[in-house]
Amino acid sequence: MDIHEHQAKDILAQFGVPVPKGGLAYSPEQAAYQARSLGFPCVVKAQIHSGGRGEVGGVKVCRSDAEVREYAAELLGRTLVTKQTGAPGKTVHRLWVEDATDIAQEIYLGFVLDRKSERIMIVASGHGGMEIEDLAHEDPDSLVRMVIDPATGLVEFQARELAYRLGLSGKQIAQMVGTLKACYRAYRDLDAMMVEINPLAVTGDGDLVALDAKMSFDTNALFRRPQVAALRDPAQEDAREALAADHGLAYVGLDGDIGCIINGAGLAMATMDMIKLAGGEPANFLDIGGGASPDRVVTAFRTVLTDPNVSVILVNIFAGINRCDWIAQGVVQAYKEVGLTIPVVVRLSGTNVTEGRAILDQADVPIITAGTLAEAAEAAVAARPQPVAAE
Amino acid sequence: MAILITEETRVVVQGMSGRIGQFHTQEMIEAGTKVVAGVTPGKGGTSVLNRPQFDTMREAVEATGADASLLFVPPPMAADAMMEAAEAGIRTAVCVTDGLPAQDMMKVKRFLRRYPRERKMRLIGPNCAGIISPGKGFMGIMPPHIYTPGRVGIVGRSGTLGYEAASQMSALGIGVSSSIGIGGDPINGSSFRDILELFENDPETDAVIMIGEIGGPQEAEAAEYVRDHMTKPVAAYVAGLSAPKGRKMGHAGAIISAFGESAQEKVVILQEAGITVAPNPSLMGETVARILDRKEAA
Repeated sequence: MDIHEHQAKDILAQFGVPVPKGGLAYSPEQAAYQARSLGFPCVVKAQIHSGGRGEVGGVKVCRSDAEVREYAAELLGRTLVTKQTGAPGKTVHRLWVEDATDIAQEIYLGFVLDRKSERIMIVASGHGGMEIEDLAHEDPDSLVRMVIDPATGLVEFQARELAYRLGLSGKQIAQMVGTLKACYRAYRDLDAMMVEINPLAVTGDGDLVALDAKMSFDTNALFRRPQVAALRDPAQEDAREALAADHGLAYVGLDGDIGCIINGAGLAMATMDMIKLAGGEPANFLDIGGGASPDRVVTAFRTVLTDPNVSVILVNIFAGINRCDWIAQGVVQAYKEVGLTIPVVVRLSGTNVTEGRAILDQADVPIITAGTLAEAAEAAVAARPQPVAAE
Repeated sequence: MAILITEETRVVVQGMSGRIGQFHTQEMIEAGTKVVAGVTPGKGGTSVLNRPQFDTMREAVEATGADASLLFVPPPMAADAMMEAAEAGIRTAVCVTDGLPAQDMMKVKRFLRRYPRERKMRLIGPNCAGIISPGKGFMGIMPPHIYTPGRVGIVGRSGTLGYEAASQMSALGIGVSSSIGIGGDPINGSSFRDILELFENDPETDAVIMIGEIGGPQEAEAAEYVRDHMTKPVAAYVAGLSAPKGRKMGHAGAIISAFGESAQEKVVILQEAGITVAPNPSLMGETVARILDRKEAA
């Protein structure tokens, strides 16, 4: 789960990371008020769940009350498309106004879960400011990596060594050690999956300050982090994915027209691969999970159908913890309740498959059945309405 | 012999008394698995499915000589239950539970390192379908009837894709020695490499199919092991050729976040290590048949 920059800065400041003074605004008036109390120049930053905002006009240094108002009015309600948001972009509903900082050097600092060592790892570079992907590509030698032992936590000498390797000196060493320990504690205590400060600036006076901050959290741990769960901003999420998640379905919207309802993440990915090979494009990833009731199957149909591009639905179930008879009942129920007008291809296998197929055979619904994974994908591609010539 | 579970394995089920625990324990017993006890704190002294229930793992192991444990414990308590199993002397634990916090797994793996090699518990999962040696027994949630007993090992992250492979193999008359689901989480108890090593050393396994997916370094690590240490032929499939970068595809660990983590890149890494990769998921069975034919011809 992602949060906004201002929320991440607020959390990190509580743990002891130095951040610029700033305030939140939901209107041009509020932005101007925040700017006046900070003094000029100040920075106005669009708050969306994405990096790369600066490159698309989401960040601006403003020198007057009028400039803040004008820029804020232009930004609020606008949809920004960055390298990270994908084509639909994300809409700006709030702004963060903060003190402008005189920057002498930019440092990249990230804390991530390293799957190789299975521990928290620090990634840092003395050449911050650009995205980590670009940094890894353009200046890989500048990257310093350090793995933290969960039994001891981040130990002081490691933090000190990292500070020296980034070329810091004097009072910056103690500031960097403090910042690293604060980030680690925030990561550990709040079940984060990622903490990123980019850039961590060295100011003209030689002090460290976090100019941008990003935090992402482990959704599996939200049950014990209610203060983190409260920071969720549904306006930044894909509405369909959020709705599906509320019903216990893992859904990811894609660009194609073949809607998918599948059990198991691996089989879902494999089915999408099969559709592509058969010449089609999947409209979505959807895992209905284990022990799916007929009602959950109906919800899956409703979810897939919220995508107007869907022209055929493929149901592929290999039941272990699921039951084919429940799935079949759900499919029949979906015909009655949802009013399906597009072709549906169903492939059932595994637990109670005989009962499931019997239900489909007896029901008076125009389902196309398939025996294998390959047949199912081919049938779905073939069932798509033929493209009509432009009028 | 098979790996990890045989007809001799004595299984305790942590969380047997719950609805899901009872349902799958019943299936396991019907398939011939030697289930000897259940453990749920507070249920000690009762009986479920004619098996004695205990409050602690230590009591269950002392009373029944159990050497394996299957966990149906909810996410908030699952890490604790794994550590309790390790301390009680369990040799193999399988955790089916989906939704464990990543840092809990970090803690569990650190905890397991306190034991010397000969007494260290092997953990499979979490977020996995379990393990089965067809005709001998199983621990998990898979439908046992789709597996034909035989001499090919299956190891995969996804449960349902493992079923798909087993049924394609059954249709071609190819049987399975053991099938191991290592789970879809970013941090798991056993990796592909760990399981490949067990199959390499198992006299009843002739070949292995490995079913990977996008995200993480484990397929690449396994490829290195296959290239340097394996004598048995290995087939593979990697799911997620059409998955977009940076999006989590159902499994917590199925996300392309670094170089070498996409399906295309993994396929190349596996092929370079001499592994035969199925071009699509409906050809997993045929790909296994091909490596077996080549082995016979050699």
